[in-house]
Order: sequence, then structure tokens, then C-alpha cells
Amino acid sequence: MEFFLQLTLNGLVVGGIYALVALGFVIIYKSSGVLNFAQGEFLMLGAYVSLTIMTAARVPFAAAFVLTLLFSVVLGLLMERVVLRPLLGQPIISVIMVTLGLSSVLKAVVQGIWGTDTRPFPAVFPTDPVMLGPLPVSLGYLWSLGCVAVLLVLLNLFFRKTRLGLAMRATASSQQVALSMGISVRNIFALAWVIAAAVSAAGGMLLGAMRGGADGSLAFYGFKVIPVVILGGLDSITGAIAGGLVIGVLENLSGGYLDPLVGGGVKDVAPFVALVLILMIKPHGLFGRAHARRA
Amino acid sequence: MARLDISALSLRFGGVRALREVTFSVADRALVAIIGPNGAGKTSLLNCVSGVYRPQAGRVLLDGEDVTPLRPHQRARRGLARTFQNLGLFKGLTVLENLLVGRHTHLKTGILAGGFLLGKGRREELLQRQKMQELLDFLEIGEHAQKLTGTLSYGLQKRVELGRALALEPRLLLLDEPMAGMNAGEKTKMARLILELNEKRGITIAMIEHDIGVVMDLSHRICVLDFGEKIAEGTPLEVRRDAKVQAAYLGAA
Repeated sequence: MEFFLQLTLNGLVVGGIYALVALGFVIIYKSSGVLNFAQGEFLMLGAYVSLTIMTAARVPFAAAFVLTLLFSVVLGLLMERVVLRPLLGQPIISVIMVTLGLSSVLKAVVQGIWGTDTRPFPAVFPTDPVMLGPLPVSLGYLWSLGCVAVLLVLLNLFFRKTRLGLAMRATASSQQVALSMGISVRNIFALAWVIAAAVSAAGGMLLGAMRGGADGSLAFYGFKVIPVVILGGLDSITGAIAGGLVIGVLENLSGGYLDPLVGGGVKDVAPFVALVLILMIKPHGLFGRAHARRA
Repeated sequence: MARLDISALSLRFGGVRALREVTFSVADRALVAIIGPNGAGKTSLLNCVSGVYRPQAGRVLLDGEDVTPLRPHQRARRGLARTFQNLGLFKGLTVLENLLVGRHTHLKTGILAGGFLLGKGRREELLQRQKMQELLDFLEIGEHAQKLTGTLSYGLQKRVELGRALALEPRLLLLDEPMAGMNAGEKTKMARLILELNEKRGITIAMIEHDIGVVMDLSHRICVLDFGEKIAEGTPLEVRRDAKVQAAYLGAA
């Protein structure tokens, strides 16, 4: 039982980060119909940038966190302006291919600057465990979970209670109608990229802090997001959060119980097995909208 | 100076000439109707005015300002509001949220944050809420404010869409078939609202409508399109007597 709870909790912690990154993915998809395959690189870049800020400027993690978010805002704006805006009006598939290229370029840039070796992260969270009932839990995990929760609540408030959040939801519903309300849809696209870059960077920083290091494998989390959003429904923000948590728990449980039987590796495969199953059983995901089509 | 001036507007889709040199104007505080058989180019004309379509030739002037090169959201910021033929509501948003999106151009960032604002922001928010409440009351949809728009009846949705256009406090309101698909009771209600908007609130309205009875009753002037050309313009009486109009609607004798 303790083993089960431990795995579930670990799953929730990682799942929370998946949720955050998936949210960024969904926001871009909802507002512009583009699948952003560079999401994992945004995450990796966030980890490296915060690492550099912490080691070079010797500031605490909280300050580095905020500075990295600011960096991501600029990065998101830059990406939208330089890479995506010129493609406005082009077929969506072209834009998606460009994000694939963008992911390669960003990966190369990161390797060029920081090399391919694992860079150790300074100890950010206290490592001593606290007892949560019968369960010893790393304080760092709780911190991470807390940060994710706060960010999700803030984003939720943003979408419900602010003018721009409302404008984003309106644009996701219909660009044409949003335009007729005086909403600049281009600015909304830019905002979507900013948010996506920022939440991914936040995820990258938390992952880096928990794993104690940053390396190229962080970019792989961009792909983990795909089963998450397919499970939750590509166009659902609630789905991204629920899907993130479910996939996080699923991979930990399956890894914990099945790895000893088959000799390891289940954790990495499980989300994608789930992906295939979901597509066969419920292709629009848990919260996604099913589109009625004429035969 | 007219509120809206359309001059020699021509629009082509490939080989199809949707509009041919249409010239037409809407006076301040007027209520005009654009009518014509199906495919006459009524919605195309409206789309040229709101900026969805870019005409190949001609100009659109709003209060004397040439808005032809402007994009739809820029025209909305100059006070041009519209509704859509088959409802353009954000169905996943509540009625109140739909109206707030309509108010986009008047809101300052963060205004809706509710509760934790003080001072100036708080006053601003209260003012906005008050305006929304007035609008909800006027349209008699206050009890539905928190409901998802997609769950309302068609007639109510039409009213919400009208409300969302009004939230922009338009200088010119474009209505694309405000009564399409409504039953008699809903039509009467909508007609009364439109009349009140025009007479009491002084809003300039241009509407496309198929119900000729309604059009004749409400409009000050009527513009008749057929095959992309303006074939008649005048008061309801003049238009009714026009031989070309009769031919377009009933077929040439």
C-alpha cells in the first residue's frame, strides 16, 4: 500500500508538470490550430536559462524563476513574431512543420551554448523528507506540486476574469467573430505563444530542480505532452490538467509494478500505449469536443 | 455627412461578381434595410462594410473616414458592430461573458478581476458591471446572465447576440437577418427592440432582413440588391412600387 501511495504521489508531482506543459500546448492549438512541437525545447531552455541565472548571478531560485519567466515571455513573443507571423494564412500543416524545425534549431542552440553534458542544478529545494501520514515525502516534491497548483490557479483566473483571457477564449471559439468585436487575433496568437513558452519554462525549471540537473533529455518531455493532450482532449484546458495528472500517475504505477517483471523501460512506453488505446476507444479524449461530420 | 458611405463597391470571387459598383449611404440615426433575393449580395455587402471581405474596387467611409484598408477589428474599434446570419455567439461562454467580449474595446486590462481591486480599478469595474446590467435588463435576459449561451433557445441567443453588438456602443450597427428562423412572437419582440434602439437610443442601424412585412414597417429607407447590383433605393413606399423590384421578386411579367 505504501508503495502504491508513493508511486501515486510521485506520479501526481510529475503529472502536474505535464499538465502545465500540456496547457501551453493546448492554448496554442485552441487559439490558432497549430500543434507546437517545440514545446519540449521551450521547457529545456527554461531549465538551462534558470540554471545559468542561478549560477552566474548567484540569485536564489525564486528570483531566477521569475527572471526565467520574463525571458520566456520575450522568447514567446520573438518566436511568434519572427517564425509564425510570416506564415499567417499558410496551410496549418506548413506551420506545424516549422515548429518541428524550430525544435531542432532550439535544441542545437542549447547544445551550442551549454554543451551536451548534464549540468548539475544547485540544490533548490530542501531534500530532507517530511512525513505525510505514514508516507515519507521529499519536500521538493511538495514544493513543485505547490508551484504547479499556484500557476494553474493563476491561469484559470486569467482566463475567467481578465479582458485578455476572455478575448483568448472568444478567439478560440471563433476568430471571425472575435475580430468583429475589435479583438486583434494576431495579438491573441502572440499571447498564446507567450503563455506556452512561460508555462513550459516553469515546468522545465521544476523538473531541473527535482532531478538535480539539466540535460538534453528534458526536451523529451515535449513528446510526453502528446499522450496527455490526446487523453484530455486537444481543445480542452481542463482536459490538459486532468490528462497530465492521469498520465503522470499511470506511468509511475506501470513503471513501479511492471518494470521488475519485464526488466525496465515500461515507464517511458506506458503513456504511448495509453495514447494508442485512447485513440482507438475515445479519439476526442475525455474533455475534447467531438466534431460532427457529414458522411 | 452620412454615417456610412459606400461608393462604387465591387467584389469578385474568381469569376463571380458578387457586387457591382454598389453605391449607397446610411444617414445618421437612420434605420435602413438591405433586401434582395437569395444570392443578391446582401451579406457580401455587409461583409465589405465590416471588413471581412476586401472589395476589388470602391470605398467604405465611416463618418467620413475611409475605412476600406482597415481590418475588421480596427473597424470595430471605430464603433462598427455587427451580428451574424447564423449566430456568431461564443457558445461555450456565458451570456455575461459574451457581452463582456463585446465590450472588449471599452475595457481596460484586468478590469473584470472582481473583488480584489481597489480605488480607481474598482470604480471602473462597478461602472462596467452597471452597464452590463442595464443591457441585460433592456434585452430581458438578466435571468440567463450566468448560463452558457449554447444552452439557450434560439430566440434568446439572437437577443444575446444583439446585446453583444450593443455592448460595443456602436456608431453603426449591422444586423444580418436579425429575425431569421424566429417564430411570430419572437419576431415581434425583436422588431420592438430594434425600433427602440433606433428611436430612443438613436443608434444608426443597417439590417438585412427577408421578412418584407417587418422591413416595410421598420425601415426609413430600403436598398434593393439583385445579382450584385443595386436595382432600387428609397422609402418603403417607393420601393414597393418600383417595377424592377417587383420583377426581381416576382419574376418579370
